[in-house]
Amino acid sequence: MSSLPPYASPLQRTWHYTFRFICGLIFFFLIFPILVILPLSFNAQDFFTFTPEMLALKPEGFSFKHYEDFFTNPDWQQALTNSVLIAPTATILATTFGTLAAIGLSQQHVPYRSAIMAILISPMIVPLIISAAGMYFFYSRVGLQGTYWGVVLAHAALGTPFVIITVTATLVGFDRSLVRAAASMGANPVTTFFKVQMPLIVPGVVSGALFAFITSFDEVVVVLFLGSAGQKTLPWQMFTGLREQISPTILAVASLMVAISIVLLSVLEMLRRRSERLRGLTPG
Amino acid sequence: MSDTASQQVLTTQDGKPLKQALASALRREKLRALLLIAPLLIFVLLTFAAPIADMLFRSVENGIVEDTLPKTVDALQAWDPQSGQSPGEAVFAALYDDMVVAVENKTHTRLGSRLNYEKTGISSLFRKTGRRVGKMDAAEPLKAQFIKADDKWDEVETWATLKLFSPRITPAYFLAAGDAQLTPDGIKMKPADEQIYLFLFWRTLFLSVVITLCCLLLGYPIAFLLAALPLRTSNILMILVLLPFWTSLLVRTSAWKVLLQQQGVINDFLVWTGFVSDADRLVMINNQTGTIIAMTHILLPFMILPLYSVMKTISPSYVRAAKSLGANDWIAFWRVYFPQSVPGIGAGAVLVFILAIGYYITPELVGGTSGIFISNRIAYHISSSLNWGLGAALGALLLIAVMILFVVYDKIVGIDNVKLG
Repeated sequence: MSSLPPYASPLQRTWHYTFRFICGLIFFFLIFPILVILPLSFNAQDFFTFTPEMLALKPEGFSFKHYEDFFTNPDWQQALTNSVLIAPTATILATTFGTLAAIGLSQQHVPYRSAIMAILISPMIVPLIISAAGMYFFYSRVGLQGTYWGVVLAHAALGTPFVIITVTATLVGFDRSLVRAAASMGANPVTTFFKVQMPLIVPGVVSGALFAFITSFDEVVVVLFLGSAGQKTLPWQMFTGLREQISPTILAVASLMVAISIVLLSVLEMLRRRSERLRGLTPG
Repeated sequence: MSDTASQQVLTTQDGKPLKQALASALRREKLRALLLIAPLLIFVLLTFAAPIADMLFRSVENGIVEDTLPKTVDALQAWDPQSGQSPGEAVFAALYDDMVVAVENKTHTRLGSRLNYEKTGISSLFRKTGRRVGKMDAAEPLKAQFIKADDKWDEVETWATLKLFSPRITPAYFLAAGDAQLTPDGIKMKPADEQIYLFLFWRTLFLSVVITLCCLLLGYPIAFLLAALPLRTSNILMILVLLPFWTSLLVRTSAWKVLLQQQGVINDFLVWTGFVSDADRLVMINNQTGTIIAMTHILLPFMILPLYSVMKTISPSYVRAAKSLGANDWIAFWRVYFPQSVPGIGAGAVLVFILAIGYYITPELVGGTSGIFISNRIAYHISSSLNWGLGAALGALLLIAVMILFVVYDKIVGIDNVKLG
């Protein structure tokens, strides 16, 4: 399918191009909704659709007013501050605990390994609405409902499975004889860990941390239940905005968030290539 | 080596038997592994597993009746609903004592709302009685005074309901989640016009299946193309899959809201091209269509990525061999390539289905009333109607469904083999 041989029959030729066309349409379906909000966020009107001026590419059809609104409106600024305060703390917690546990899990002899793994992965599997409901009940009993730490702890718990999965994946390819080699040359376990093991698993740790960050940064269900007005995050503000159709500022926020995802995606891609290079595979 | 040497116990240099030394080394290694895992395990158990257990407990917990009316519940033990008569003076005396305490603590209205789920009218009964109980005279016969306050106290049914729901553990919420009801005469289905949950479960399943099929239909060609193209090209195209995957769920949902609404981009385009007249613009949002389109888009990467990783391992020489043996393109694909890609289909389909069945945000925003899922009902009971027990029971049923699917997923893929990005 990758390239058409010169002896292909007309039917094969037709199918080859039809298939490419179908795939093109599906790619369009995947990417179009994300791209369409970028120009719409510069709309000079308070509409969610293209105005005639925009279609004619006249400058008066475009403006930064929705971005201005985002950066001046206290509601949005409060939400941005909360998001920026909650996500990094949750990420640090999730990454520290997750990395340690992943190193433990990748040892050769771990008792009850599959049972432990099932418990640690469960926050990723259980539907968010159920986690949110359970946390709402339980955290109100212990007085964490409606507090900053309540949301942080919940988000950290939701982020840990991603850290475990990514770090375990880098450890699978880890050659244990490297540790023995370091030890035979006189390095103590701590030195071995920081000088030999850590540089090799760093890509896994960083991409796990990115996953944990985006999990917390995008999360809305748990924060809707666990948070009070003081913990309103960006996704929460977007959610209420969408439900009540308040303003196209949402599109400006959405565009900024797309930009964040592009940055995260590029960092991850760089990390992937680096780890493949380190392991002697060709970067692909 | 002689026979006697092999019989001898092998020892380490410091004289310990080798077997013992190995066992203790193994124990140390196990302990070290567990110590590394322990912080996270405790963290997850406290912040995540305990809340889930709490929710499961809430779905059967019913202590409120006994906590609010302890003496009445005790006195009711002796009363038999089959007698056809309301209980005697002793029970009413107990009820008076309990109500005085309850009104002081303002807990009687909560009990009223709890019992109102089982029998309508009890909420107002408790409210009304709560207002009157202060004026009652404990020296006079209390039964007459209660009946004067509200003649429902003379009805056997009121008392039968109270007795029926006095145990601390109740199946009532699970029955309600299955559109059934515990009545003094046994378990009955609710009247047809009040049955909503079975239908909602059915719709959640149906929509999740449709969304999974849509994802498979759209994801298979893409994964096939990506696996067949040279790495350089496929890596660039992969960005088109990964960007949506990394974009915030709310961003994608808002994009679909913008695209699908009646004054939205797609309708404007269709009107402009003349496919649809301005008067009858398509209704594509706040219904099932909206939910299916938006969720297919959101979950599509979860189908493509597992499919791609399986297809990447299928060697092209099999298809070439089939063709050299005389198979045409279709036979070579269907009989040789497709069967090898089935594990990917299994992994992707189960993953998408698990994610779809518990979705909340997208159906809430684009589903209207006909496109909502069981999760939306759970959220409604927890934040609006405050019937927490029913919300928890619905959640427990959904959790069981997801767990079963997860075991299937574990059998197909194994949790250790989950890959991200």
